[in-house]
Amino acid sequence: MVDKLSNKFEDSFIKVYQSTGDTFVLVEPHNIVDICRYLKEELHYVYLNDIFGIDRFTTEDRFEVVYNLISLRDREKFFLKVRLPEEEPVMDSITDVWQSASWMEREVYDMFGIKFNNHPDFRRIFMPEDYNYYPLRKEFPLLGIPGSIELPNSTPDTE
Amino acid sequence: MGIESSLGDGFLTTKVDALTNWARSNAAWPMPMGLACCAIEMMAFAGPKYDAARFGSEVMRFSPRQSDVMIVAGWVNYKMAHAIRRIWDQMPDPKWCIAMGACASTGGMHRCYGVVQGCDNFLPVDAYISGCPPRPDALLHALMKIQDKIRTEHSVTLDT
Repeated sequence: MVDKLSNKFEDSFIKVYQSTGDTFVLVEPHNIVDICRYLKEELHYVYLNDIFGIDRFTTEDRFEVVYNLISLRDREKFFLKVRLPEEEPVMDSITDVWQSASWMEREVYDMFGIKFNNHPDFRRIFMPEDYNYYPLRKEFPLLGIPGSIELPNSTPDTE
Repeated sequence: MGIESSLGDGFLTTKVDALTNWARSNAAWPMPMGLACCAIEMMAFAGPKYDAARFGSEVMRFSPRQSDVMIVAGWVNYKMAHAIRRIWDQMPDPKWCIAMGACASTGGMHRCYGVVQGCDNFLPVDAYISGCPPRPDALLHALMKIQDKIRTEHSVTLDT
């Protein structure tokens, strides 16, 4: 699978490595949609298990978006990774390939502030829409920003 | 024993306060606000083994308008806090609140941005229960404390 992928997408393939029994493939973000479509349609990775973000807290390529793909036919799974810079972490949405990516990408956006182009319904998924912070970034304090989310009034509505 | 001796059998004299407090304290119907694993212990509290019916609290009222004691059982996140407050506002006075378990009392192990660090940030809590989750006996204990509190209240003057 890795050979086919690296031959087909020579210029966007960066590296492959193994860790804790899993295979990780690192690629360039610019043609992620083509890569995903190729993986789904030619290599039968039909099941997008998860998408998640990582804040590596490094000066270069700070953010990482990880796709966990499963081939039900070949009983294989691997992680496809993309690295994004700290300034303007933007990449293309893969909702055209797997529709289930919609909510997962929204979650990555909500927690890390990574933006996805061509997403059909691009909103935050957990936090309020007017919330100005991305909670899973490393600089975000554990207990949140005091007063940033509204608590209910402690006097009844009717008074 | 002036007046009672002339009333005959079947009559007793008491204060209105004492009578209403007696009635209220023995019919404190809970509003179950089951939000997490504490709710399972709350079910055991209502079930036959621990039997909250002994204290007149066996009827879990899922309508806030029919209940007296809100049992906040579990962690409260910011989104849920608004719903809880709304339900609390719909409960008729007089009403009491039990914060069941570490999470409802202080946030517990959920020390993070999404969880309210103790439901007393937006609710007037009468009894806190420690434990994660507390045993049903502990909830019974809290209920008995609430009953003690009700019995010492001046119910007639309280009603504003």
